[in-house]
Amino acid sequence: MLDGRSQVHRRAGLRLWLSALWLGLLCLAALLAPWIAPNDPLAQDLFLGRLPPVWMSGSEPGYWLGTDSLGRCVLSRILHGARVALVVALIAGTVTCVIGATLGLLAGFLRGWVDVVISRLIDIWMAFPPVLFSILLIAVLGPGLTSIIIAIVVIDWTRFARVVRAEAMAQGAMDYVASARVAGRGRLGTMVREILPNVLPTIVVLLTLEMGIAVIVEAILSFVNLSISTDDPTWGGMISEGRASVHQAWWVLVFPLIALFLTVLSFSQLGEGLKDRFDPVLR
Amino acid sequence: MKALVIRNLSVRLKNGAPLLRDVSLDLDAGEVRGLVGESGAGKSMIGKAVLGILPPSVEVVGGEILLEGTDLLRLPLRERRRRIGATCALIPQDPLTALNPSHRIGPQITDRLVDILGWTRPAAIARARELLAEVQIEDADRVMRAYPHELSGGMRQRILIASAFAAEPRLIVADEPTTALDVTVQKQILKLIAGMQARHGTAILFVTHDLGVVSKVCQRLTVLYSGLVVEDSTVAAFFAAPRHAYSAALLAATPKYTDPAAGLNPVPDGVIESVRAEVAAHDARQAGGRHG
Amino acid sequence: MAELYEIGDLRLSLADMTAKPLFGAAPKIEILKGLTFSIPKGAVVGIVGGSGSGKSTLGRALVRLLEPAGGAIRFDGTDITHLSEAALRPMRRRFQMIFQDPMSSLNPRHRVGTIIAEPLRLHGFDAIPYRVARALGHVGLPQAFAVRYPHELSGGQRQRIGIARAIALEPDFILADEIVSGLDVSSQAQVLNLLERLVADLGLTLAFISHDLSVIRRLCQRTIVLHQGRIVEDRPTADLFADPGADYTRDLLAAIPLPDPAQAWG
Repeated sequence: MLDGRSQVHRRAGLRLWLSALWLGLLCLAALLAPWIAPNDPLAQDLFLGRLPPVWMSGSEPGYWLGTDSLGRCVLSRILHGARVALVVALIAGTVTCVIGATLGLLAGFLRGWVDVVISRLIDIWMAFPPVLFSILLIAVLGPGLTSIIIAIVVIDWTRFARVVRAEAMAQGAMDYVASARVAGRGRLGTMVREILPNVLPTIVVLLTLEMGIAVIVEAILSFVNLSISTDDPTWGGMISEGRASVHQAWWVLVFPLIALFLTVLSFSQLGEGLKDRFDPVLR
Repeated sequence: MKALVIRNLSVRLKNGAPLLRDVSLDLDAGEVRGLVGESGAGKSMIGKAVLGILPPSVEVVGGEILLEGTDLLRLPLRERRRRIGATCALIPQDPLTALNPSHRIGPQITDRLVDILGWTRPAAIARARELLAEVQIEDADRVMRAYPHELSGGMRQRILIASAFAAEPRLIVADEPTTALDVTVQKQILKLIAGMQARHGTAILFVTHDLGVVSKVCQRLTVLYSGLVVEDSTVAAFFAAPRHAYSAALLAATPKYTDPAAGLNPVPDGVIESVRAEVAAHDARQAGGRHG
Repeated sequence: MAELYEIGDLRLSLADMTAKPLFGAAPKIEILKGLTFSIPKGAVVGIVGGSGSGKSTLGRALVRLLEPAGGAIRFDGTDITHLSEAALRPMRRRFQMIFQDPMSSLNPRHRVGTIIAEPLRLHGFDAIPYRVARALGHVGLPQAFAVRYPHELSGGQRQRIGIARAIALEPDFILADEIVSGLDVSSQAQVLNLLERLVADLGLTLAFISHDLSVIRRLCQRTIVLHQGRIVEDRPTADLFADPGADYTRDLLAAIPLPDPAQAWG
């Protein structure tokens, strides 16, 4: 058993480091985009339209991953697009997590009328179809980064609330919670000191998954042209534009897709890896 | 023929820590042998090795398990599974988790007979009814329609016993079958197992930590410490005078309400040290034998 | 001898979730059906019964983890039957509990030192490191255990931590709920000997819940036998074993498998 565990650990460790490496690179790229991007992501030049990546014939030096139909540098646009993706992931993920987990914790641990109110709210919320709900929300709020973040938070908090509530309920039935009461700890104190540390690994996994989901949601909304203004490069917007010319210039579609795929995958792997690190029982 | 012969069985964690050290024991047809020891002594591991349900982190590194004369460890995997399925059964410890909560009781008894042993469904149902009557469940039809959570712990354990005897196995491994039960229910269940065992002539490996239980249902017993057999005796001889200091200490630690003055005696440190030294000496012999 | 606990006509019902209909509230089942008894200061009382007898529910009512539906619980003269959580908090130090399953009663994410220190902090004790060290000493564990996590300990050691946590608060009363039922006989004997010594040394009052009459006989001066939520017998332990009064007590005694093949067990 010990051996099996350490093997799992090594593999989990590798996943953790690879995903952390990709996300770290991405953060750097986002921060330094204006300086490291080889070209202006918005500069159009119709004479340089649909240039292939540098390793293919007919390419132009300086345009590493080629250009789109308007002659804009794909690499530069991916780098700038990373800024939007990461801002959405971090802010939307964190805010969703804090709101959802708090409500879930309160409902699962306090039970009683608090649980009834929050559970009903979750039930009602989940009855809305999420894609339509978000499109509706953006239509009302108007497009823009803030609207996307608000839409993600408003729709996805139930994801945290449901899972954390169930987990808090299970932990609440454990005797260490009873023993905290025997020791004279109040309800909120018990929730924060005793329950929260045991629910934390679950929350971490959910948080990283949510960050991945936020990146996808932003891409989907860009894809249907509901994200931020169409000029600013976003991965979703690039995928949408690339789709139109996939037969003539596949690179316009494929590279942002790869970036999106690796980022979402890295977030979920990061969560799994961190969960093990957080858990003294597994450590 | 012996129902089961285990010779020099060694089992260890895949990283090398030994769990069973050269365990040998045998079981006559229709005999009940107790496997006794503290937690971690490897008593459940023996039953799991026989049934081929060792956890994936554990491997058999040597020895023979002869089930009615055939060495299971030499059979190809598929053949081994078939043979174990046809001749062995398990009575598990926890009657709650051993029954699937989302299936009714009836199919849980009959499915194995039909799907694996090729009985017809009506024959299997008739057999299940007969067995439920034998474990003193009166309204068999109602119970077969019930879900596990609708029944008490004692009732569920009766069902598992009925299920274990369903295909007339030659050998049953009973893994602490009454540990989760009350003393009064435990007594009923033990009497039931003993009665069924005698009627069907089944051999049982009875894993337990309770020497009181051993004295009631077993004819012979094996005492284990850290995967090493420290004593192998008949029940009569063992309770009259245990031969090994560790098993004597284990017997002395078992509380007896009839003898309140006796006090509670943990196994003395000296005894633990000496039995640990025996284990170490055994391991050293093993290592020596391998290198020499 | 003064009474520490006086319990009068104690009743308690719990919702039966297994019988909950699809709509509406789960029906209540009465677990404790009017119990009257008292526990004198310094006594060691055994509470015995099968599963479903209500012994654990009674224990949890005594330390007010559950609120009774009727009757009264007086602790050292104060009626605690319906006291609010806030009013109970300052009193909680005086009645402590040791749980059946030491794995689930010790928070897996806290170190042993924190587990013992935390209740002390809550009740405003001073010299906490010293008290933690003394509690570990009382239960015969080395000081180095303070930095370990519960899963790194054996079952017997975990149960000692449970005892250390309870006695560190210098309580008047300790409720021990089936604390040795998950342990090997040898650790069981060690933990019981330890508990017996601590009760004598620290002048504690102890209620010891168990299904095992052999253990009760060894430890307790008085035994209360519960059956289906009622007290069927409440007598000095020696009398009870010499001449059990209730049929249920006789059944319980007859069911115990003694480690002796000669015992008539029919």
